[in-house]
Amino acid sequence: MSDDKKLAIIATKGTLDWAYPPFILASTAAALGYESQIFFTFYGLQLLKKKPDLKVTSLGNPGMPMPVPMPVLAQALPGMQGMMTAMMKQKMKSKGVASIEDLRSLCLEAEVKMVACQMTVDLFDMSREDFIDGVSYGGAATFFEFAGESDICLFI
Amino acid sequence: MAEFDQELDASGLNCPLPILRAKKTLASMSSGQVLHIIATDPGSVKDFEAFAKQTGNELLDHKEEGGKFLFRMRKA
Repeated sequence: MSDDKKLAIIATKGTLDWAYPPFILASTAAALGYESQIFFTFYGLQLLKKKPDLKVTSLGNPGMPMPVPMPVLAQALPGMQGMMTAMMKQKMKSKGVASIEDLRSLCLEAEVKMVACQMTVDLFDMSREDFIDGVSYGGAATFFEFAGESDICLFI
Repeated sequence: MAEFDQELDASGLNCPLPILRAKKTLASMSSGQVLHIIATDPGSVKDFEAFAKQTGNELLDHKEEGGKFLFRMRKA
């Protein structure tokens, strides 16, 4: 067993904004010499799709900065989610924030281990072919095998 | 201050990219060599200090010049 520090993350969210913390933290930890593992479960599985189609929504999220104040009902109109996602992506690009695909590649390059929760893969009728290469599959016990030895453990 | 072996321009990149690029560049260098890093992310000042502390690579100096943050780091 190596004496490197270890970071264990559970990624449960499948939106564009919440896709960032797991990949930013795991890639940075790897750069700092940590051995890192991310366990993807429920909506977090979206982050492992070959072509992730991640969106952002202001619904139920009053903390999201809006370019113009907008009533909640208007935020629910068709097309709003797509528009907000496009605006967020544009903003990220202009600020030099990496894309999720890029950050994920950097994680894989740095040997961050990615584990998909088999139970939720089955629950959502997803197929292993939907996911990128290099993912392994397991359950709660698999998570604890690594997390039990970890120095930092995060639920995102 | 002009002494370095390799240069990394991380201008325009935001967290955590400057750190990840620096790590990658350092990996291709030999021990004792000096990397000059140019960044525009104000957060990188604190981040490179933390990176140096945790990886053992020595942060020789850093300064701000015309909105850019310049670092020299010696590979451990």
